[in-house]
Amino acid sequence: MRTAAETRKRSSKIPDYRVVVGLGSCGIAAGGHKVMAALKDEIKKSKLNVALAETGCVGMCYREVLLDVYDKAGNLFTYGNMTPERLPRLVEEHLAGHQPVKDWLVRAHNQALPDDSFYAKQKRIVLRNCGVFNPESIQDYMDHQGYQALVKALKTMTPEQVIKEVLDSGLRGRGGAGFPTGRKWQFARDSRNDKKYVICNGDEGDPGAFMDRSVLEGDPHNVMEGMLIAAYAIGADEGYLYVRAEYPLAVQRLKLAITEAKKKGLLGKNIMGTGFNFEMKIKEGAGAFVCGEETALMASIEGKRGMPKLRPPFPAVSGLWGKPTNINNVETYANVSWIILNGGAAFAALGTEKSKGSKVFALAGQIVRGGLVEVPMGITVWEIIYEVGGGIKGGRQFKAVQMGGPSGGCIPAALADTVIDYDSVTQTGAIMGSGGMVVMDDTTCMVDIARFFLDFTQKESCGKCTFCRVGTKRMLEILDRITKGQGVEGDIELLLELADKIKVSSLCGLGQTAPNPVLTTIKYFRDEYEAHIKQKKCPAHSCKELLTYEIIAEKCVGCTACARVCPSSCIAGAVKKPHVIDQAKCVKCGSCVVKCKFDAIRVS
Amino acid sequence: MKKAKPAPKAVRGAADPAVKKVVARHAGNKGALITVLQEVQAELGYLSGQTIEQISRAMDLPASQVYGVATFYTQFRLKPVGKHLMRVCHGTACHVSGAGKISQALEDELKVGDGETTEDGKFTLETVACLGCCSLAPVMMIDSETYGRLTPDSARKAAKDF
Ligand SMILES: Cc1cc2nc3c(=O)[nH]c(=O)nc-3n(C[C@H](O)[C@H](O)[C@H](O)COP(=O)(O)O)c2cc1C
Ligand code: FES
Repeated sequence: MRTAAETRKRSSKIPDYRVVVGLGSCGIAAGGHKVMAALKDEIKKSKLNVALAETGCVGMCYREVLLDVYDKAGNLFTYGNMTPERLPRLVEEHLAGHQPVKDWLVRAHNQALPDDSFYAKQKRIVLRNCGVFNPESIQDYMDHQGYQALVKALKTMTPEQVIKEVLDSGLRGRGGAGFPTGRKWQFARDSRNDKKYVICNGDEGDPGAFMDRSVLEGDPHNVMEGMLIAAYAIGADEGYLYVRAEYPLAVQRLKLAITEAKKKGLLGKNIMGTGFNFEMKIKEGAGAFVCGEETALMASIEGKRGMPKLRPPFPAVSGLWGKPTNINNVETYANVSWIILNGGAAFAALGTEKSKGSKVFALAGQIVRGGLVEVPMGITVWEIIYEVGGGIKGGRQFKAVQMGGPSGGCIPAALADTVIDYDSVTQTGAIMGSGGMVVMDDTTCMVDIARFFLDFTQKESCGKCTFCRVGTKRMLEILDRITKGQGVEGDIELLLELADKIKVSSLCGLGQTAPNPVLTTIKYFRDEYEAHIKQKKCPAHSCKELLTYEIIAEKCVGCTACARVCPSSCIAGAVKKPHVIDQAKCVKCGSCVVKCKFDAIRVS
Repeated sequence: MKKAKPAPKAVRGAADPAVKKVVARHAGNKGALITVLQEVQAELGYLSGQTIEQISRAMDLPASQVYGVATFYTQFRLKPVGKHLMRVCHGTACHVSGAGKISQALEDELKVGDGETTEDGKFTLETVACLGCCSLAPVMMIDSETYGRLTPDSARKAAKDF
């Protein structure tokens, strides 16, 4: 792809429009490349003077494929749900006829649209460039204050002043635990050694979260600039970007970004003549959740099995290859350039007493506007789900939101006024985590969710600590049996006892937090566990083994649709006569319910 | 520790050119084992017992260490895979959006179980935890192509049409 600037140079006059297609992983999955290819064809055919460009994810994943049209004055019109079929009309009416196609607009500078509420409460610091610039162009980044923070730090600030600014900002680590970033940097600075490292943790293990992916894909230079500033502050000359194996596009864009930064003299020896040296390498993960844990991650960079180590010593004292190392999350680094440019106080002005700035969340699950949002700390869970996220899909009932992934927990709808800040979220039993928010409605079974996470942690336990290795397995077996209708009296107590033992006898965060999803669901949804165990019923109608499918004779018209789709041929009945399900043969697959047009199948 | 006796010639054989090339590229790099395994797997499709031995010899590391790393990380395969890799996401978002039904549909369509390869060797079906496109759940990938907002029917169709 040519960058916008290059395309601009080639055409003799300034283009009438600049059209930008969102090509983050989500945009591509929704068909972004097809839209781009079709758009190129259309533009060529129409002979219009239009420049094409691409960008990362703006966060409106629920509207992918997204297409931005900028006019000569720089005014923006965003179109959603674009397909190749829609392009001819768009080109004809908007690009040739100068009349925006109202039906497909999701955002426009000169009119109010329903999707405006998606942005109204957001505060974009980390995501400020995502979906705005071309992530594959260092020039785009530099044209918009890119690397200015690095210049400011290297040329006008001492390392101590940089650390002070970060301390003043109140920035806390966005990787989960929320440790103050400035203090971490200070520890690494205070460790005396001729060799130090900085590491960016892009392992993003929470299954259901994609903040770091979007930032790495959408604004790679911003993350690199944060790392460079951290390296200057602590006195490191080498850095690693550790990226999850499942994120090939992020790796590709980072590689390009590193090459471009080297060419501009922003990486390498004697950067900008200041005597500061820094080299950066990418390490691709190989698929192990535990490698998100910092000591395991460093073992993995060293080419070993990713087994966590006891701390202390902390990485700031003895990290990668035994050298002092500063490790931060992607989003943590992505805040740094803004803080250096705007000052720690400006960052600290946002948020609550102990949680400053903004936080990126990945909204997914049964929510209308699934996507990426960045909101100021101090906003409530309710505001995020209903005002930013547009509420629950299909108008169903909001049941709970899972925060923090396998280390976190479920916050029930009753606690939706919980404020987003490290301490308030922790009080509910969940954790802030890295920003995954999976929203659940009344069709989600809470026992099944607990089982799901235990299944995950049990598989991902590295096996070093007995309780984490075997205890999670025993918990999973109990949960398995409960969801299959074989739960027995005392199972809940047994789960609580095991949870307690695993928490206190595990070395790393994986085991220490693995029971959280079970503990929070028992705390808030104990009645659901009891219904499974005592009545052998799943109130959410989700656990297959506990369901019964029956045909309501009064409603059945005998269309035979269900009988034809049934994989175990257990539905019988004459044409135009009510059908009957043979309960002994029913495999509870639910195919009949999907097929029935008359709402004649009761699930209980 | 005493150096192990060289293995008999028949077993040793010459290292695969792919192994030689990759190991040479990373010669002298500290901690390159995982990268070497990744690149060799990309070339050969999987890591056979023989490949692991060749890597261990070429890098002068105990085979147990190479094997230990290869079995720790889920990315590494010790068995051959089909021509195309079909990965169905079972992350949290996909789980609550019906990933189970997608896998079921694909298993029926391809007549294989999780982790198995179709009889004609065309597809290997796998479940993974999150492909990072959670807002388009349920999601799957066939090789590097991502499919979002799946239904059992659209998943079956994608498998048929691929
Ligand atoms: C099991 C486990 C998984 C983790 N996964 C991640 C991860 O995917 N990304 C991340 O940034 N931190 C993860 N962490 C936290 C890291 O250990 C570390 O605290 C973090 O990278 C520090 O960066 P921060 O201070 O900027 O948050 C994980 C911790 C544990 C115990
Ligand atoms: S949970 Fe399936 S893509 Fe993230």
